[in-house]
Amino acid sequence: MQQINRLKPFFENITFDRDDNTMVVNFGPQHPSAHGQLRLVLELQGEEITKAYPDVGYLHRGMEKMGENMIYNEFLPTTDRMDYIAATSNNYGYALAVEKLIGVEAPRRAEVIRTMLLEINRIISHLFWLATHALDVGAMSVFLYAFREREYAMDLMEDYCGARLTHSAVRIGGVPLDLPNDFIYNMEKFMVILTEQLEVYEGLLNKNRIWRMRLENVGVMSPEMCAQWGVSGIALRGSGVKWDLRREMPYGLYPELDFDVPTSDKCDSYGRYLCTMQEMRESMKILKQLVPMYKESDTQLMANSPEYISCTKEEMMTQNYSLMQHFVLVTQGMRPPVGEIYVATESPKGELGFYINSDGSPYPYKLKLRAPSFWHTGLLQDLLPGHQLADVVTIIGNLNIVFGEIDR
Amino acid sequence: MRKYSPKNDVQQKSYYTDRFYVAPTLDKAPVSNDSTFASDCSSLANVVEIKESYIQAGHLVIYVDSKDNVKAIKHLKEIRAYNFMMELSAIDYVSTQNGFEVFYEMLSVSKHKRIRVKCFVGCDDAIASVEPLFRMADWSEREMYDMYGITIKNHPYMKRILMPDDWQGHPLLKSYPLIGDEAAQWYEVDKIFGKEARDIVGPELRDAAQVERYDTQRFSRLGHEVPKGTDITTNEPETPIRYQEEGGVQLFGKKLVTPFDEIETKHLEERK
Repeated sequence: MQQINRLKPFFENITFDRDDNTMVVNFGPQHPSAHGQLRLVLELQGEEITKAYPDVGYLHRGMEKMGENMIYNEFLPTTDRMDYIAATSNNYGYALAVEKLIGVEAPRRAEVIRTMLLEINRIISHLFWLATHALDVGAMSVFLYAFREREYAMDLMEDYCGARLTHSAVRIGGVPLDLPNDFIYNMEKFMVILTEQLEVYEGLLNKNRIWRMRLENVGVMSPEMCAQWGVSGIALRGSGVKWDLRREMPYGLYPELDFDVPTSDKCDSYGRYLCTMQEMRESMKILKQLVPMYKESDTQLMANSPEYISCTKEEMMTQNYSLMQHFVLVTQGMRPPVGEIYVATESPKGELGFYINSDGSPYPYKLKLRAPSFWHTGLLQDLLPGHQLADVVTIIGNLNIVFGEIDR
Repeated sequence: MRKYSPKNDVQQKSYYTDRFYVAPTLDKAPVSNDSTFASDCSSLANVVEIKESYIQAGHLVIYVDSKDNVKAIKHLKEIRAYNFMMELSAIDYVSTQNGFEVFYEMLSVSKHKRIRVKCFVGCDDAIASVEPLFRMADWSEREMYDMYGITIKNHPYMKRILMPDDWQGHPLLKSYPLIGDEAAQWYEVDKIFGKEARDIVGPELRDAAQVERYDTQRFSRLGHEVPKGTDITTNEPETPIRYQEEGGVQLFGKKLVTPFDEIETKHLEERK
């Protein structure tokens, strides 16, 4: 039934036959180093890039549209699919935004568990970044080492919630479960191993001539350029701006925690690499501080707010009105106050913001997901010109973009 | 009489709302509560006309005229040190106010403050691009156009960003159904097979939850399996549900009988 040549590729305003010396190259959308469905149209002068045009949208699932048609609790598992490398950071960002909207605060133990999961997820994400980035640049063994450690961290997540990638381990108003018995013991063991292993990775890379040649002075972003493109996270800190939302506009438990914000003045890919490695150590520092906090905290896991959040199982089974309210909350959904809110958290990729506009009905009137990678990709059109073709892979890998959250 | 449902808002609605329910409102504080915001506001008032301003959830919200958006943002960026624009999008109020509310979410790294500038754009109006001030608006405004169809003036490269270039309609409009409109269900059919093959191929099934009774091409007949592509429109074969335990497990044509089989079968018989 299919006619030959019926599916014609659609090249918008691009002519491949040129009179001058330039050549147009189509990079992606299925290129293994594009870290997802990124299509880059590059204009080359020899091996030098003169123009770059990133084309996104191949993974567009319309999450904002889905959010407008779902009740608040229903949408939470969908947020997993944004930045699927660090799903808990999306869950947390969304849950925190809704909690701020309904004026509910998660109990302390829930907050401790969430912060633990967030930091484990940050380590998972950074290890994944290191592994794939090193693989792109040509350091195959780092990929194997980093993925091994990442597996242990994923095992921790699996112990807690049963899922490895899409956790949905955070609920609006708290967390569903307490930590399993040996979780803290395993986490401490993992941290001991990771501390050793980080030195191994750095031993493989820090003074590695090839690694440094391919990263140093590649992808230089000035602080002005970062401000122009709304860059956040490590990409911003790698350009010498000390801006970490966990420290500068803190939320959750972060005001109580002691950690450093690593920055680098180099503004290049190597500086961002150093920041990421340091951030994993800072995450471990946070995890260590959370262990005594967990032990001191009360056992309550979900906030007590009958209007918005379902009661405990015990109440549900004993109190008639609690059961009725639970039924209403599950079938109709909570009705948050009328108003709008923008809550930003520091995800491993950068500033992850959730804008919710509520009209008082169980469905958000407008939900905007501010994913950092979106602008980190847009930035490529200004960043790539002037670089060599081989540097494209370094820069894409280094910016840590994830297509689940670019296309949403 | 059946309830009238508006055509310009086809989004999911709550099936039941208490007649006497009054939704609470998130507190709005006056701008004078925060000294930084108060000085920002008074400074901005010299440049553009501020229609409304208040503090909600720690954000300063400022409403300006849609003609003043570039002026206001330029002032906030250059004089008031709001050097980052984090987000930019629109809210669809076509069904109620015949227009869109565009919001600009700005951040000051030096002051640790966030501001939201909002303006109302009518359906027939256009809004000026803020791309000369913030490069990030290049992509954000493209997304805003893609999702809402809002016309943007002076944008350097206005083109759809997430949807395909030849897509019809703007998906985030409230008038656009969740599973897509009619153009959407023919889009891939036209692309792959051509318009003339519409009768043969049929529209794309865009509702993932829909199960067609006589469709034996897809995995929609769980529990009532028939060979793929069988025509079952006339005499649908009955597929009795069998328990695997009954009479042992069949493996490579040879029946495996375990000592438990007989006892298990007895239980099943009793249950029946």
